[in-house]
Amino acid sequence: MRAWRWFSTVAACGVLAGPATAQQAEHAGKPVYDKWCAGCHGVDGRGRGDAAPYMLPRPRDFTKALYQIRTTASGSLPTDADILRVINEGMPGSSMPGWEDQLSRGERENLVSYLKTFSRFFETDQPQVVEFGRAPGVSDERLVEGKEVYRRMECWRCHGDAGRGDGASAPTMADDDDFPIRPVDLTEGWYFNGGGSAEEIYRRFRTGLDGTPMPSYSDALAEGVVTDDELWSLAHYVKSMSGDAPRVREVVVARRIEGALPTSPADSAWAGAERFYVPLVAQIIVPPRWFAPSVDGVWIEALHNGDELAMRFSWSDPNDSPAPAWVEWRQRVAAVMEPHEDAAIAPAVPAASPEGAAGAADAGAADDGAAAGVPSGAGTLAGGWPDALAVWFPRTVPAGMQRPYFFMGSTRDPVYVWHWQSRGDAVTERQGRGPGQLDALSMSNGLEGSGEWEAGQWRVVFRRPLGAADSVNALTFTTGQPIPMALFAWDGDNTETGLRGSLSTWYFVQLEEPVPITTYATPILAVLLTAVLGVLAVGRAQKRERSGGTAHAAPFQLHPEPEGETR
Amino acid sequence: MRDVHESNRWTVFMLAGALAACAGGDDAGQGAAGTDDTAAPAAAIENAGMISGMVTFAGQAPAPEPIDMSSEPTCAAKHGSQPMKRPVIVTDGHLANVFVYIKEGLSGTYATSGDAPEIDQDGCIYIPHVIGVQTGQQVTFRNSDGLLHNIKAQPTNNRTFNISQPTNMTSRQTFSQPEIMIPVQCDVHGWMTMYIGVTEHPYFAVSGEDGSFTLENVPPGTYTLEAWHERYGVTTQQVTVEPNGAASVTFEFSAAMAGARVPLGQPIDPHGAHGHPVGD
Repeated sequence: MRAWRWFSTVAACGVLAGPATAQQAEHAGKPVYDKWCAGCHGVDGRGRGDAAPYMLPRPRDFTKALYQIRTTASGSLPTDADILRVINEGMPGSSMPGWEDQLSRGERENLVSYLKTFSRFFETDQPQVVEFGRAPGVSDERLVEGKEVYRRMECWRCHGDAGRGDGASAPTMADDDDFPIRPVDLTEGWYFNGGGSAEEIYRRFRTGLDGTPMPSYSDALAEGVVTDDELWSLAHYVKSMSGDAPRVREVVVARRIEGALPTSPADSAWAGAERFYVPLVAQIIVPPRWFAPSVDGVWIEALHNGDELAMRFSWSDPNDSPAPAWVEWRQRVAAVMEPHEDAAIAPAVPAASPEGAAGAADAGAADDGAAAGVPSGAGTLAGGWPDALAVWFPRTVPAGMQRPYFFMGSTRDPVYVWHWQSRGDAVTERQGRGPGQLDALSMSNGLEGSGEWEAGQWRVVFRRPLGAADSVNALTFTTGQPIPMALFAWDGDNTETGLRGSLSTWYFVQLEEPVPITTYATPILAVLLTAVLGVLAVGRAQKRERSGGTAHAAPFQLHPEPEGETR
Repeated sequence: MRDVHESNRWTVFMLAGALAACAGGDDAGQGAAGTDDTAAPAAAIENAGMISGMVTFAGQAPAPEPIDMSSEPTCAAKHGSQPMKRPVIVTDGHLANVFVYIKEGLSGTYATSGDAPEIDQDGCIYIPHVIGVQTGQQVTFRNSDGLLHNIKAQPTNNRTFNISQPTNMTSRQTFSQPEIMIPVQCDVHGWMTMYIGVTEHPYFAVSGEDGSFTLENVPPGTYTLEAWHERYGVTTQQVTVEPNGAASVTFEFSAAMAGARVPLGQPIDPHGAHGHPVGD
């Protein structure tokens, strides 16, 4: 994940060279900056490098000396260690990768002092470090209090009731350069800029994130509106919204259950399934590349009953696109992202009907196509795009390591696709013949499904019989084997349609095998056999003892007594 | 100042809509500048005169846009009618919320007045909409709404700040450098914006709804006066204040100036001469 982001950024940043002022030119950090940083941040440090127009959030403008991640008061300069930390770790959720493994410590430290030459504030001002005590321990009472503080400090206005960045104020948010910016998703603490520990979260409350809408609560603390202890409870509560970082496992296990599978996203039967997490990354493989994806990971649960397979996919999304409250957001994103032409981001419509499939050669995927009740203007910037998810598999379970092309297959080896979109809550089966080329399948294999959006989260269920009617184009699911599976997700109001979105590499789903009778019988037989042999051995030994013989089982005995060896 | 504001508030809202209230309270806002002078007799300006003036507007003012306050019923209820975004307030050919200050011609230092200007967040709008402060002078931000506002200043020559006010409370800030102008906004309520002009001296004013402004206790001399408006940019004039005299000046803005470059603080090139703006 981290390596991918590093790679994508370097790929995005052409290396620029250019003039700088005399003082800067002599600086030891300059060659490092010009080589690795200027492509995005610009030679002049103003955040307008060649790659910048493709990024959201935009690269930092160093001439303002506004740094998000600091240990210092709102508006105060960062310490050197603060700047170094961001260089080391990067800024998750943006295009800024970590450089700790790429540059030497000396190079990174030179960069810190070079960045400071871009603003005169570093000549006149001093960092004001925010001092605070240690985190108190966490307890249930503290989490309850933290939840109350979350309500009372009105964090939900931006971050949403469940913390997924879907608050009522989210759609109008802008950073200091007026680019659209999102409140962080508090359920993904492992991506927090500046770290996800209680101390680091508390520090964000006290310092704010300069250059963003996130303010400092230090004034509220000083004015007695909130106490320090309450802020700590809030920090623990925010931390608890995420839980630990998910362990990414390659194989999603579909547990076998008896009886009916869950049909709806909210079905309580999903509690019986194990949760798996699949990270998604920006689609930067084929043009138009997209460096500002919305969906960064999907939770998967799977169950089967020997006849059918059901899978539930859950991910954070601040709205059910296209959402009326987010029209302005969508337009702002479209306005600042390359390519600027509306036409270039309109989907090339692979319709969900067989007729439409013919014209879908160069098509995007999150279309609105032939779904019933699609309003006119849908699939344009004015009409908006739906949220969507595609999940694909090979058409047959591969015998060895041979798999189709991971990104929606290829003409030579197409993939079998499940597609869901929010508009009309429509589920379709498709054939993937390459990136963005999702044609409709003419024969149904009984795929059903539906999605539900609630509190900043989509939960989408697909359900299908294991057997396929169209055995040529659709996969017959078998048990006991890992079946390759890959995903693509679109957030319509983030202007994601066609190839704009985020995708995974191949993962696997494995359907638990029905437990055969031999599974139970073998251990029982083994136990019985051991018991019988043991009884026999003991019996013989006792018999020999009664007859006066002595068994000497020394290793070097030249006169072996077979019975004596038996133990 | 607050009393005037309080007693007038509801009437003004009813009569003139949301932002007109800023201008309505503007007597108070201007008073802040004026009061500073009168409250600083220690300055003892000899033969001080005054500058009074008018800001006129020709042409069609853009129609105000309604603010959707449905997400904030508490605030919406404070407005007698549909709250409107009114960046341009024109009454009988007079333009309100123009920041007028002496740009050139003053020398020496001028004591900071102890009378602190105050910005209120009331009904999910800033009152006043435009205000002036002196460098080093404390400016107070009050939250009268009792719900979450953040106050984010986006200066260029001063450091930023971004303060959370989750309920009724006040915060105080100062600016160390002169800057024309500093945008302030609330990110929770995207429609809430205002501007602060920071000067090194007390000779600034904000035009009221009738377009008038007054600079008092001005030392005799010849000055460049600048008038700044958030949509129509800046215009300057020379004015001479005779000893104990009263100078009069009129600034003319017009609809044709829409789209003019509106100067905000210019970034300062760290390696050029200080105060020299970076190009572009």
